[in-house]
Amino acid sequence: MKMTGAQIICESLVREGVEVIFGILGGAILPLYDTLPRYPQLRHILVRHEQGAVHAAEGYARATGKVGVCLATSGPGATNLVTGIADAYLDSVPIVAMTGQVASPFIGKDAFQEIDITGITLPITKHNYLAMDTGSLAGIIKEAFYLARTGRPGPVLIDIPKDFQIEQAEFRYPSKVDLPGYKPTLQGHPAQIKKAAKLIGEAERPLILAGRGVIISGAYAELKYLAETAQIPVVTTLLGISSFPESHALSYGWLGMHGMAYANLAVSSCDLIIAIGMRFDDRATSRVSGFAPHARIIHIDIDPAEIGKNVRVDVPIVGDVKNVLKVLNKLLAPCKHIDWVKQLDNWRREHPSIEIRDCEELLPQFVIRKIYEVTRGEAIIVTGVGQSQMWAAQHYWFDKPNSLISSGGLGTMGFELPAAIGAKIGCPDEVVWSIAGDGGFQMTIQELATIAQERVAVKIAIMNNGYLGMVRQWQDLFYDKRYVATKLNCPDFVKIAEAYGIPGLTVERKEEVVPAIEKAMSEPGPFLINFMVEPEENVYPMVAPGTSLAEVIEEPKKKTKVVYNSAKL
Amino acid sequence: MVVAKHTLVALVADKPGVLNRVASLFRRRGFNIESIAVGHSELPHLSRMTIVVGGTVTMVEQVRKQLDKVVDVVKVSDITGGSTITRELALIKVKVTPATRSEVMQIVDIFRADIVDVAADSVTVEVTGDEQKINSLYELLRRFGIREVTRTGCVAMTRGGSGSLVVGEKPLKTQDRKRKKTS
Ligand SMILES: Cc1ncc(C[n+]2csc(CCOP(=O)(O)OP(=O)(O)O)c2C)c(N)n1
Ligand SMILES: [Mg+2]
Repeated sequence: MKMTGAQIICESLVREGVEVIFGILGGAILPLYDTLPRYPQLRHILVRHEQGAVHAAEGYARATGKVGVCLATSGPGATNLVTGIADAYLDSVPIVAMTGQVASPFIGKDAFQEIDITGITLPITKHNYLAMDTGSLAGIIKEAFYLARTGRPGPVLIDIPKDFQIEQAEFRYPSKVDLPGYKPTLQGHPAQIKKAAKLIGEAERPLILAGRGVIISGAYAELKYLAETAQIPVVTTLLGISSFPESHALSYGWLGMHGMAYANLAVSSCDLIIAIGMRFDDRATSRVSGFAPHARIIHIDIDPAEIGKNVRVDVPIVGDVKNVLKVLNKLLAPCKHIDWVKQLDNWRREHPSIEIRDCEELLPQFVIRKIYEVTRGEAIIVTGVGQSQMWAAQHYWFDKPNSLISSGGLGTMGFELPAAIGAKIGCPDEVVWSIAGDGGFQMTIQELATIAQERVAVKIAIMNNGYLGMVRQWQDLFYDKRYVATKLNCPDFVKIAEAYGIPGLTVERKEEVVPAIEKAMSEPGPFLINFMVEPEENVYPMVAPGTSLAEVIEEPKKKTKVVYNSAKL
Repeated sequence: MVVAKHTLVALVADKPGVLNRVASLFRRRGFNIESIAVGHSELPHLSRMTIVVGGTVTMVEQVRKQLDKVVDVVKVSDITGGSTITRELALIKVKVTPATRSEVMQIVDIFRADIVDVAADSVTVEVTGDEQKINSLYELLRRFGIREVTRTGCVAMTRGGSGSLVVGEKPLKTQDRKRKKTS
């Protein structure tokens, strides 16, 4: 049947199971928007800035595992997507971004709102397309969704000249993709898995490092089986949080710059690392030459290019985490590592890392802990970037699979609000809390209008410390307390929320915290709490840049390093 | 860690923008491309690229894997060190006078190169061979005065009967194990 390009796009999206699109229109995408009302199954959420659209698509994708979709017009609409596309690229989030482009005869003429968005997004997309005719649209969309969600997921962009949205072509949705250059390895090499099983059997101090690949692959049960059967302690990466229940006896927190001291010590003294679906990011490993000095490394990842990129690997296994673990688990002999686990328990006792000190002031850590208690750990937590992000990751207890949504690789301030919108729309039955920094919140504050217009019931907790706090912390520690350009004079966030039609409260004292959170939870719609937290609180533990994980600083006042003596082991 | 020249051969989709995708990847990962040559292959809709880069084995292996991830790249191999044929073509425009013309022609002969254009005060030499041969000819011609040089960059192929880049063939696995020791 003949259809317009716009219809072909909508039909294709319906066939891909798309249920929601986040976007803002403009001239070059108008024909597509004009067609949208004919497809009521495609719910459109009008955001207030394209960065909001792409982060919302990310939030949706991260929370549901399905492909998130966003739409923008050419030129400035397209360039406003760039930050979110990069964010999705670094955190392997499946999204399809579609942009309008000037009509094909104008391409290359510097026409009004013409920009080379496929050129701009080349290094930050898994793949991108500039459609060359109407007839190719269906095939492109099929491929784009396939690429976004399979293998190592990632963002795909499709740029669609306006005339191809209007012109007609025969519509037939392809049943298969033909991509000879794209064949992700899903099954691990049996010989390599056997080697891994052997190393696990021989290890005295094995440690699992679980990353977001476990979550993407849905390998929760397999990971748990591996840990329990071979009695291997589990440490996660920041993005791997909630891949393994944090209250499990074998869970030892997360590693890295602000990870728990005992997790970093575990990495520094283990004799075997089983790295699963993670990529040895520098914030996780700290100084690479000091990383896991005693350990052999098994690295399981779907992306062959991640293996050996940052650290040396002894047993590489390329494949989908779930598939690999299934095979590996069959080869495991039950074993125990009583001394090793006892050692970790001792470290946890000696270096509790996430104890909240008892004081008069309203500590941000305390607020997070109360949100955890009131939500009984059942909420989806969406964070911004900075101190508030680290406190959320440290002081909320993540037992529920895939319950932390955070911008890890790019560290994008302003992620918290729109990503929470996407998460809530994707998971309407879940309680979704956005843990915002007062700085980051103001980067995408306009999405309060989206929340109000679409009645998205997200709960917003602003950790209002009056600073670009994480940067202030670095100035405190490494720049002699010269607080250059980090002080924020914030507006009254509750008044702002009210102006958007969203109820809210300001909390200044400890005893108000729980009632405020309960109030937010009892509201059927969105709610904002402005927590006036201790302004100059720092995040600890901390591994200073350029040092190794073993040099984690835990006691802030004395700045004493945790003494760790590997000779004792 | 020795930095050496590596020759990568890639089979890529014959589509607009592919060269850009490949070149951009090298730039982003901090690699300097010494030469890159592209042309049709024996397979329909596929082109073959020969890319020469400098780097350690680890670095080149990393970039090879990244290249392999580019959707339009069907297959890529590092054929360095194996038994390979590499060829490059150069056009060299050399100044001549009636006194030097025959000497230039003699040198060109020795190198089994051709003179493809003759003007009153210059000749243009076409030479094919590996990089070394072209460099030596260039060195010898330099003293006569070089007007212009243009080189195609290297194209390469493995020796022997089988094509090294058959579609569907498993990528080289040995590199993974080798790298462990060098890093
Ligand atoms: C878009 C963007 N710009 C700048 C930064 C650098 N940066 C990292 S954390 C931070 C401060 C964040 O402040 P806030 O949102 O108030 O959170 P806090 O650290 O105070 O909890 C800044 C500026 C960033 N990560 N993202
Ligand atoms: Mg702040």
